[in-house]
Amino acid sequence: MNLTVNGKSASIAEETPVSITYLLEALKVEQREYVTVELNGDIMDRGDFDGATVKDGDNVEFLYFMGGGR
Amino acid sequence: MKLTEEQINRYSRHILLKEVGGKGQQKLMNGRVLIIGAGGLGSPIALYLAAAGVGTIGIADADQVDLSNLQRQVIHSTPDVGRAKVISAKEKMLAINPELNVVTYETWVNADNILSMVADYDFVIDGTDNFAAKFLINDACVLAGKPYSHGGILQFDGQTFTVAPGQSPCYRCIFPEPPPKDVIPTCSRAGVIGVLPGVIGTLQATEAIKFLLGTGDLLHGRLLTYNALRMRFREVPIKKSPKCPICGDNPTITEVKDEVDAMTVCDLGH
Repeated sequence: MNLTVNGKSASIAEETPVSITYLLEALKVEQREYVTVELNGDIMDRGDFDGATVKDGDNVEFLYFMGGGR
Repeated sequence: MKLTEEQINRYSRHILLKEVGGKGQQKLMNGRVLIIGAGGLGSPIALYLAAAGVGTIGIADADQVDLSNLQRQVIHSTPDVGRAKVISAKEKMLAINPELNVVTYETWVNADNILSMVADYDFVIDGTDNFAAKFLINDACVLAGKPYSHGGILQFDGQTFTVAPGQSPCYRCIFPEPPPKDVIPTCSRAGVIGVLPGVIGTLQATEAIKFLLGTGDLLHGRLLTYNALRMRFREVPIKKSPKCPICGDNPTITEVKDEVDAMTVCDLGH
């Protein structure tokens, strides 16, 4: 399926919907235990990562902690 | 209050802008902004707000200038090494603009002092380098109803957005809890390109100035991200979360507390 991930086209082999947990693994997302995931504009609850499904055409944003400033 | 001849000259490029004018410049001169952190982000913020004539600028930091700061903390100079950052910063700000009232707080922010600090200001800017402070600033500003600008940087990446408490999403709408201590790299461990805080800090100063002027669109509900390597800005729309622990429908956080688990040795004053 084809997705938009942080504004760029991305694809994974699966054609049927997958969980966010699966997507984090498949895309080798960094800091996957702490990253915030926005699916089609909604920030997803971490507790729903196993259940929420990502389907063809979806827009996914991974939002990372950035703690620096000094 | 009427602008003096000298003020009209000093601020002439502002006054020419129809979005500012003499009235806008007076709003800036009556404005009160608190900058928390006198480092990488705080440097350009303090310099530009001073130059812009923001009348009262608070600056909080307990640290002293270190040689390794000078690659990016452009408000401090080599002779300042070992001096209190807030004192070094105040001198540079007053050298640019002697008319300002610069209030220094040589302390780390914590749950005991932050609410009384933010109470004196119209707008707050987060220029800190740790999650304990970033969450504390968010919580204090949301609870006090104080608008603020969030900024974060790491290596070649930066992010910033502006919070209108109760109206637009807050930091906890995006990140409900701080990450456990030491799982996210810090600039002191992972590095940061020196120009990066200049970009993000200048954006944060722009937000403060627009807020005081009451003009333009602030970064409400939009997380602006920047990558210096790819030279790309992106804007991620963010919604206010009904489940946000501090500004959601059933908040669980009703007072400021220190996020001890997110504190680093540095925050504890060592």
